[in-house]
Amino acid sequence: MGRTLAEKVWDAHVVRKGGGTDEPDLLYIDLHLVHEVTSPQAFDGLRLAGRQVRRPDLTIATEDHNVPTVWSANLLAQGTGAAISDPVSRTQVDTLRRNCEEFGVRLHPMGDVDQGIVHVVGPQLGLTQPGMTVVCGDSHTSTHGAFGALAFGIGTSEVEHVLATQTLPLRPFRTMAVTVQGELHPGVTAKDLILAVIAEIGTAGGQGHVLEYRGDAIRKLSMEARMTICNMSIEAGARAGMIAPDATTFEYLKGRPHAPQGADWDAAVEYWTGLATDEDAEFDREVIINADELAPFVTWGTNPGQGLPLDATIPFPEQIADENERAAAESALSYMDLAPGTPLREISVDTVFLGSCTNGRIEDLRAAAEVLRGRQVAGGVRMLVVPGSMRVRRQAEDEGLDTIFEAAGAEWRQAGCSMCLAMNPDKLAPGERSASTSNRNFEGRQGKGGRTHLVSPLVAAATAVRGTLSSPDDLF
Amino acid sequence: MEPLTEHSGTALVLRRGDVDTDQIIPAEFCKRLTKSGYEDTLFHAWMQDPEFVFNDPARRQASVLVAGHNFGTGSSREHAVWALRDWGIRVVIGTSFGDIFFRNAWKNGVLAVQLPESVVDTLASKVDADPSFVVTVDVEACEVRASGLTHGFQIDKRPRWLLLNGLDDIAVTLGRDELITGFEAGRKPWLPRVGAA
Repeated sequence: MGRTLAEKVWDAHVVRKGGGTDEPDLLYIDLHLVHEVTSPQAFDGLRLAGRQVRRPDLTIATEDHNVPTVWSANLLAQGTGAAISDPVSRTQVDTLRRNCEEFGVRLHPMGDVDQGIVHVVGPQLGLTQPGMTVVCGDSHTSTHGAFGALAFGIGTSEVEHVLATQTLPLRPFRTMAVTVQGELHPGVTAKDLILAVIAEIGTAGGQGHVLEYRGDAIRKLSMEARMTICNMSIEAGARAGMIAPDATTFEYLKGRPHAPQGADWDAAVEYWTGLATDEDAEFDREVIINADELAPFVTWGTNPGQGLPLDATIPFPEQIADENERAAAESALSYMDLAPGTPLREISVDTVFLGSCTNGRIEDLRAAAEVLRGRQVAGGVRMLVVPGSMRVRRQAEDEGLDTIFEAAGAEWRQAGCSMCLAMNPDKLAPGERSASTSNRNFEGRQGKGGRTHLVSPLVAAATAVRGTLSSPDDLF
Repeated sequence: MEPLTEHSGTALVLRRGDVDTDQIIPAEFCKRLTKSGYEDTLFHAWMQDPEFVFNDPARRQASVLVAGHNFGTGSSREHAVWALRDWGIRVVIGTSFGDIFFRNAWKNGVLAVQLPESVVDTLASKVDADPSFVVTVDVEACEVRASGLTHGFQIDKRPRWLLLNGLDDIAVTLGRDELITGFEAGRKPWLPRVGAA
């Protein structure tokens, strides 16, 4: 019987096969991404045990979760003491710098052109390639699956394990095909698609599985759109999301700093092409989504599965059959301060956040800028634009996007995770409401007491203009 | 780590689904550099509510948490397990778990145990009715036991074996060094390497 993409990548990385059904395989890890939040205890563990980083050449670090997004080159030159005002954040960043120096790990610090969100930086450098295994102490590592890599988040104990051994003991994941037929309508984006998928299969629907996104609608997506999709696989509870590499993948990779060159490139492309799921392979599960039926999608609740098309109204919990879902809806509406029956378009926001590892890449910024060109952010609304990396920021400035954002009244920021998880000063105040292109609408995620609606970059920009949840079509 | 063969303790119930790791410990408390000392951060927002079950003085000694479905969904932060453990939780019983949380829990000797909904329901009502009701999780026998209730659970061989024997996960893998080195010799030549630090 044929094998799926995930199975092929898995099989190619087994260092030692497990003995029985419940004994894990030992899997080799090709790339380990590191950031300041989930690594300090892991480096400490190595130190205490007198261990080294086995493969510093397969390990790369960047500062992203804690870093402020307002700073100048002058301020940076004075060191982290001047640039990071929160002493606890500063200590965590300083600690990463010391650890990387001590253990010989390459670090892209604030101010470096390759600093940024770890999941934006890896692909941008060409470090993420098809057929690889990629891990990071961050659940959104699933992003890298867009290249046909098997990429998943791990905890700090596993970070230490990978630093020391470059392997992980793991039981094979189950496989689920997410087949997306047809074609997305103009104005309907990868973000709308993945929010619809999560609403369909549920926040635990992917548990224990690798999702493989396939079908006509997926093949037509750009690499950046594919990254948005795979990024949010974890929000469906999946271990990872993957998309088979194709010409779009190769085109994106070619010429990037770490991409293979010359004869290596040809050999790599041949190998990568063979990774696609075999025709006779079987998935453990399959769901089918019709892209033609999708519209701009937004969340109304406090988990990413609580989403609806923008045309819909807030649901009535008493009409929800499932007891667990009904209880969740009641508690979500109470936290979100929303009344059943309210049209989603009538919900007004205080803040619009454009950025994150989900939607902080150049195509996301371009899409939002196109909507904002010649328009103004509504009075009383603040809009933050936070590029996913310093290289994205530089490219956006080369294209004049920063000018469009600033002319519209949005704030043009430095790169980082920012308001996606509010570890830096970019936060919602209690009771504030945001339209956010990030990935999680959990209670307090963007600041204690803050309320989050997950949206696409297009919806974010249109919402900024109207002040209520909107799509660009509402602007004409 | 000390070997752990079983745990017995009183319990408390949080039957809410999709309890994400941002609720278990908000990101602002994940800036610390230690692996312990997180007891003051557990469910930080919900703790502001005096009625929250973790504020019930009768449950302060509880070490078993009876949870709902998809407990620990979301972020990979191991701090969520550290916060539960530091507060005193040694066992979390639920109908399903976030995958990364589940792995993190066993790595820290916190026993995450998945049971069918009907069993969790029964357990939850018994615990709710009696703060002194004791629940036992037997790692050796892969069994949950309580008055009037015995139910098996599944756990992978390796985490169970590591815990029963108090073994260091990394040391065990480093024992396979020859295999790892052998594997490395056969890796594709084009695979990327990060430049020197």
